[in-house]
Amino acid sequence: MLVRSTIQSLFEQVAAEQERKLATLSDDTRLIDCGLDSLSFAIIVARLEDHLGVDPFSSAETTDFPVTYGDFVRLYEGIAA
Amino acid sequence: MPRKPCPLREAIAAAGASAGRLYGVRGTTDLAGLAHGSSLGDQLEELRGRSVLIAVKDPSPAALALLELDGVAARLVLCPADLPPEHLPAVARAAGCDAAVVDSAAAVAGVAGIDCCVTVGPELLPAAVRRIGSHDTEWILLTSGTTGVPRLVRHDLATLTHALADARRGTAPIVWGTFYDIRRYGGLQILLRALLGGSLVPAAPGESVPEFLERARAARVTHVSGTPSHWRKVLMSGAAAAIAPHYVRLSGEIADQAVLDAVRATYPGAIVVHAFASTEAGVGFEVRDGRAGFPASLLDAPGAEVRLTVREGTLRIHSRGNAHGYLGEDVVAFPRGPDGAIDTGDLIEQRSGRCYFLGRRGGVINVGGLKVYPEEIEAVINAHPWVRMSLVRSRRSPITGAVVIADVVLADGKPGRARPSPEELTHQLLQGCRQSLAAYKVPATIRVVPGLEVSASGKLLRPNA
Repeated sequence: MLVRSTIQSLFEQVAAEQERKLATLSDDTRLIDCGLDSLSFAIIVARLEDHLGVDPFSSAETTDFPVTYGDFVRLYEGIAA
Repeated sequence: MPRKPCPLREAIAAAGASAGRLYGVRGTTDLAGLAHGSSLGDQLEELRGRSVLIAVKDPSPAALALLELDGVAARLVLCPADLPPEHLPAVARAAGCDAAVVDSAAAVAGVAGIDCCVTVGPELLPAAVRRIGSHDTEWILLTSGTTGVPRLVRHDLATLTHALADARRGTAPIVWGTFYDIRRYGGLQILLRALLGGSLVPAAPGESVPEFLERARAARVTHVSGTPSHWRKVLMSGAAAAIAPHYVRLSGEIADQAVLDAVRATYPGAIVVHAFASTEAGVGFEVRDGRAGFPASLLDAPGAEVRLTVREGTLRIHSRGNAHGYLGEDVVAFPRGPDGAIDTGDLIEQRSGRCYFLGRRGGVINVGGLKVYPEEIEAVINAHPWVRMSLVRSRRSPITGAVVIADVVLADGKPGRARPSPEELTHQLLQGCRQSLAAYKVPATIRVVPGLEVSASGKLLRPNA
């Protein structure tokens, strides 16, 4: 749950910083529809690495890039678990 | 006036009815129409022999103007769609521009020296134009410089098409799609490659990934090119399956194994190629084995058309695709060594017969294909009264290739002034950066650190420097 709430608050924080309107996030929200651009995602991933100590994208097992918000959260929950 | 060839337009005209198409957001242009039509019409003659600023936002009319003006204009200056308007006057002055091709006259309002401004659209209208070449047109490409003002890089059609010997019409129609801006070196390579051998769907400014993929699908793209960052966007768009390319090309940034594997898994039938090129050095190599880096056997290969060497840690390229130099005040900064090779500034490490890219010498950071000079950001951070010094560096990012991060050393406490907490300070610094820098230059994270390493000569020790 900690991972999920950390991710949720980072999405909100970065959306505010980048002056972007964040969509209501549910597991099936597609990342492309959530209102953030690539730079915003790059910032979120960098800060998650600081908070959680992991970057699941560079692990050898990851060849599927996340498409939905749920995919994104599970990617981190899978590593942090 | 000596009559010269217009090799670019003539190569396309030679294809006759089988010439390709240019798929724009405002319609499709059949290039066979260049035989009897023009996007410039009567005004083509007015541009003859001039130094012409191509400041067209929409890539399709820009491409048509380039096809028609090679061999006609003395100089073509290609402005990318995202060139900040405040840089236009300096670019026009450095290149001695006296004419412009635009899609909105407002684009060059207030730019000194331009006395002829032609507005173009994406259509080829019937026109009786003189298709006579008179000039060896110089092509000027823009690349980012240390201070944010672009550098002007001199090419001509021979240097630009040096790597395109294989871009000839085959039996199956080739339709290229590209995420690049066709006004930048990587995109221009794809434009020339595509139109010499088939058709092109260029991405339009502001177009989303699914919108572009839908246009690419409708045009039945066979070959698609972009940076690793573009491809990561495709993979995360949920729309990757809209296209089924035979050939996928990645260049412009380091292609790591993760992105190569993910692209391969998404398009199992495609040849996945990653290539190295720079505006100054031209095309270095392309690799088709699906592995990150490139084979060390490409270095110092005897008799190679493109001579690759590593000297002082960085990749050097010597070929007939090298640019001729910089234009204007930067002329002495052109990175050509005494042996004639261009220093790319990209650091190389060799491991077990393979060469890998480590990043840029001098710490230049590539964020999603955009160059960031750490010193520019440090200057903004260091302006804060509680900052003594800062170091801006790169962190690998799976999304944009790299992001910018900053380490900050605080100034000593001053009596009578409350020192902000690290959280308050980083908040203030981020706000300051956002006010004065483009979004991609603002650090993703800022850390307060006790100290930074400084060399004996008093310079900040930069990683990879």
